[in-house]
Amino acid sequence: MKVPISWLKEYVEITLPIEELAYKLTLAGLEVEEIRYVGLPQPGEKQQATKISGFSWNPEEIVIGEVREVMPHPDADRLVLCRLDDGKQEHTVLTGAPNLFPYLEKGELDPPLKVAYAREGATIIDAYNESKDMALTTLKRKKIRGVDSYSMACSERELGISEEHEGIILLDQDAPTGQALAEYMGDAVLDIAITPNIARAASILGVAREVAAITGGKLILPSLEPVMEGNPIKGRVSIEIKDPELNPRFVLGLIENVEKKSSPYWVQRRLKLAGIRPIDCVVDATNYTMLEIGEPLHAFDYDVLLERAGGKPPRIITRRAKSGETLTTLDDVERKLDDFTVLVTDQSGPLSLAGVMGGADSEVGEKTKNVLLEGASWNYVNIRRTVSAQGLPSEAAYRFERGVHPAIASQGVQRCLEWMRKWTGGVVAQGLVDEYPLPPFETRVKLTPGDIERWLGISLSAVEIGELLKKLDFEVTIKKDELVVGTPPHRLDIGEGMVGKADLMEEIARVYGYDRIPETNLADELPLQAGNRALELEDKIRDKLAGIGLQEIVTYRITSPEAELRVFPPDQSSPELDYLELANPISSDKTVMRRSMLASLLEIVEKNRRNRERIALFEIGSEFFPNGENKHPVEEKLKLAIALTGVRTHLSWQCADRELMDFYDLKGLIEELLADLHLGNVSYTPDTATSFHPGKCARIEKDGKYLGIMGEIHPKVKGNYKLAEAPLTAAILDMETLLNEVDDLFEVESIPAQPPVLEDLALVVDDDVPAQTVQLLIVQTGGKTLAEVKLFDVYRGKQLGEGKKSLAYSLVYQHPEKTLTDKEVASIRGSIVKRLEKELGAQLRSW
Amino acid sequence: MEERLDLIRIEALSALEPVDDEKSLENWQVKYLGRSSQLMEIFKALGTLSKEEKPIVGRTANQVKVALEAASGEKENLINQRRIDQVLEGEKIDVTLPGRRTISGSIHPTTQTLREIYRVFGDMGFQIYRSREVETDEFNFQLLNFPPHHPARDMQDTFFITSKQDRGDDPLLLRTHTSPGQIHAMLEHTKKYPEDPPPIRIILPGMCYRYEQITSRSEIQFNQVEGLAVGKGITFGDLKGTLSNFARRMFGQEAKTRFRASHFPFTEPSAEMDVGCFLCGGDGCSVCKGAGWLEILGCGMVHPTVLENGGFDPEVYSGFAFGMGPERITMMRHHIEDIRYFWANDLRFLDQF
Repeated sequence: MKVPISWLKEYVEITLPIEELAYKLTLAGLEVEEIRYVGLPQPGEKQQATKISGFSWNPEEIVIGEVREVMPHPDADRLVLCRLDDGKQEHTVLTGAPNLFPYLEKGELDPPLKVAYAREGATIIDAYNESKDMALTTLKRKKIRGVDSYSMACSERELGISEEHEGIILLDQDAPTGQALAEYMGDAVLDIAITPNIARAASILGVAREVAAITGGKLILPSLEPVMEGNPIKGRVSIEIKDPELNPRFVLGLIENVEKKSSPYWVQRRLKLAGIRPIDCVVDATNYTMLEIGEPLHAFDYDVLLERAGGKPPRIITRRAKSGETLTTLDDVERKLDDFTVLVTDQSGPLSLAGVMGGADSEVGEKTKNVLLEGASWNYVNIRRTVSAQGLPSEAAYRFERGVHPAIASQGVQRCLEWMRKWTGGVVAQGLVDEYPLPPFETRVKLTPGDIERWLGISLSAVEIGELLKKLDFEVTIKKDELVVGTPPHRLDIGEGMVGKADLMEEIARVYGYDRIPETNLADELPLQAGNRALELEDKIRDKLAGIGLQEIVTYRITSPEAELRVFPPDQSSPELDYLELANPISSDKTVMRRSMLASLLEIVEKNRRNRERIALFEIGSEFFPNGENKHPVEEKLKLAIALTGVRTHLSWQCADRELMDFYDLKGLIEELLADLHLGNVSYTPDTATSFHPGKCARIEKDGKYLGIMGEIHPKVKGNYKLAEAPLTAAILDMETLLNEVDDLFEVESIPAQPPVLEDLALVVDDDVPAQTVQLLIVQTGGKTLAEVKLFDVYRGKQLGEGKKSLAYSLVYQHPEKTLTDKEVASIRGSIVKRLEKELGAQLRSW
Repeated sequence: MEERLDLIRIEALSALEPVDDEKSLENWQVKYLGRSSQLMEIFKALGTLSKEEKPIVGRTANQVKVALEAASGEKENLINQRRIDQVLEGEKIDVTLPGRRTISGSIHPTTQTLREIYRVFGDMGFQIYRSREVETDEFNFQLLNFPPHHPARDMQDTFFITSKQDRGDDPLLLRTHTSPGQIHAMLEHTKKYPEDPPPIRIILPGMCYRYEQITSRSEIQFNQVEGLAVGKGITFGDLKGTLSNFARRMFGQEAKTRFRASHFPFTEPSAEMDVGCFLCGGDGCSVCKGAGWLEILGCGMVHPTVLENGGFDPEVYSGFAFGMGPERITMMRHHIEDIRYFWANDLRFLDQF
């Protein structure tokens, strides 16, 4: 809502500087996003937290001038010379403004034309500088086609009023020649963000009420008594409302013999400052009144309606659209109507889309003589549905879909008729036709000082509370310690019961001042401290993984099936995957919720490939699956995903491990992580999964429960991404299983008093025997005395024979209480070797 | 005899003076303390002395020996120290060469900011509560006092999920804020404690989604952290106090706060909290766009309808709620110009945290 301060001041006394007013409004919930100066002097350096823009007019340099004569330029057809008086002396001013050409060679003008005159040396906006918004220029003396030029009559663009630069400003006749223009019509426009709860402030009067309440300035209400001198309206038009729920009130007024001409300049200027384009005095009057008091109005050509009714008094009917009904709106679009759309019709058919836009047929046009003026009230939900169904936002709908009090309907019509009378020269028919079948429920909210204290934390007496509410025109009666509060007839936002109390408490707090409410600390009982174990585990995993060289990433969870298909080998038939699909995707690469964290991760690896020779990433995030059977239709699974590729360590001036990372680097990381979580009994079993290399993939289990999968990415899958040669490995772990399996309590063993016995053991086994099997057998057979088993060498060579490998282990024997004898150690070793020989055909390796 | 011993001592000590390496020290030791040194000869000859002389000479000889040994030890020490000094001179390294670093990664900036927020509110007794990202219209809007077609829905453009069956006025959607978690948390709580439920203090973090064009200032996916406190006697003053404490912990003890009236359907009164720009101290800079204040969070007293939808009687209970964007806070704190950096995961950006 753009509010010219000059307009606002007609309805409320304002003594505060503009910036201070803007600051107070902002604190009270009418956020002033910008102050645009249009003529008035701007504040100095120190301002209060509001963005400021615009242009101020120097009172010495820019004044009201009068053009007394328009003469031809001796040497240029497209230029004219004006004899202009600036209040001090006459000047010859050169201009090419087309709106002066009608006055060319008409001799002495009576009355003279009032213009905005910039004297020699004045600073104005350079209207021809397209590159920079509001570039300034200073008027200097120069010769144009042989004529001296040093000053000018300005266009709106040159003064920062609007973008208009076709002609110069022609002021109203009463503008006093010689007066500083800034004094006459300098302005500043507050751009206020209107939140849905203060829709009532979507008008100048609405903002004025807030200003009055907040600053204590006196409210000046406009007169609502139009001069009505025409034949009474009664009997010349009638109204029928089919559904009062959708149309609680409908008011009509009539003005005859209007002359459609331009509105006075001050009206046009205000409309422009408020962001509305002036059309003619009839349309301008409806827009002006809407901005002024908040009631959107619609003007019909009365003669068109008469004609449609065959010369009889037209009957206006408001109703829902019938199936298949259409209406061509005044933007010349034929609209198919929904069964919930409300129409203003007559007996021959639809006239307008109620509260949203008029129809082309009954629009006021060039020839309109008699105007039937509608002010109505509509159900805001229905207006909103219509606006979104038709894709047709409008200034009227903006207000109606936020709620306009039905009481304002008649006020709007009365006010607008008076403006039309003044600007069009028409005669207003006496009286209004007013159907008001459903006045709004009058709320009466009961409130006590205790409520205020309980909710806001301030103690105020009933009288003090009443005073605060009265500033906003609430009707307050106080009985003992209870206030009964009635809502003023321009608001629809106060509910009943506890909701009404809260609504009023917000108003009380706003008028009292949020900044005056003292800060306190929570004094109520401390709730049960439950913690969040899942998040704590996630954070532990994050810290661990970052500590051992992985970067945490967070990726988009909205993706496309095409992006996710990349994790499948291209020669496989595409799987039929059931996705959660967005009904209104924003772009073709973001259409569904992801099912595969792997796909997200690989994309990021690909993205970083040129900038990093070592890429090690992890993410903890959700995968999304449609879930028909369960209660909630969507399953969100939290996963941990890791991807690893490139060299093991960074380049360094000292010897660095520049080998490429492989399966075992990834496995090492996972082992580190799971060891850190004290997760024992984890097994890695060869497995196959679509995206993984068939020979380099393992299923990770804890006590037989599936934890996740890891391995090298299948070369065919890797081929789907632009990636370097290096192997790419990845793992996906299930966070829920991890959470269930991790036990925060684990036992710690005492430090043994006796020295351990250390020994190496090298075994030759068939190549296809998994190392994990050998190790498990050693551990099982060694029992408690075998404290540690570490594989330190894997060897394949000719002397071992085809299909054989040697595994060398370092063993640590340790008894908690006594020193082990050679004999005891030999015995344990013997049984280990025997068992391995028996179960796996292992042989002790001869060195 | 005693004079001789004295002479030996004087001679030996003066001979030790110029000694300055191991070799000559060894020679000196042989000459003055060795088997055939004059001193040792005297010891050997002790037996030939009279009973009266023997102890006196013996003691003196011993004193000389101790003195010479001490002097020798001292000299040896000196020579050793000097040798170390000589070695060190040759062991100079270039301390400006880079060190051997272990490889480590880092935590995503959003996670880091989230953790700070958790810590501050955790200290004030707020527990973390998480809920699902794919929500229903009922929980994301209706129970939060946004009826169907409410104008406040304009402020939250929504991604809807296509559904196989017609869900009418309750379509599936991607949550536009973490506020539906408020309802879940309150309902779980009041179901567990149907009579006189104890207070709630929770923080609700998580990913949210809005239908917007992706630009340097807006994203379709962003984190939000909401807070909710419900109990008996919680006031707007408590809301202000709690959030100002948060601002001081998060932005420095000098941080100033300002509460402006605003509107959210699920709170009343509603407010926006601004923090005095911690980068320019309120003088105006590019981050606060000259205003001196930064918009940090939205907040308010929980709307009676929302309390009721959560199973609390608004005539007895009250509460406050607030919500903020950790990405936005991270951007302000680190002068990050482009919100798209957060999910682009360019390691050149992430490495810096």
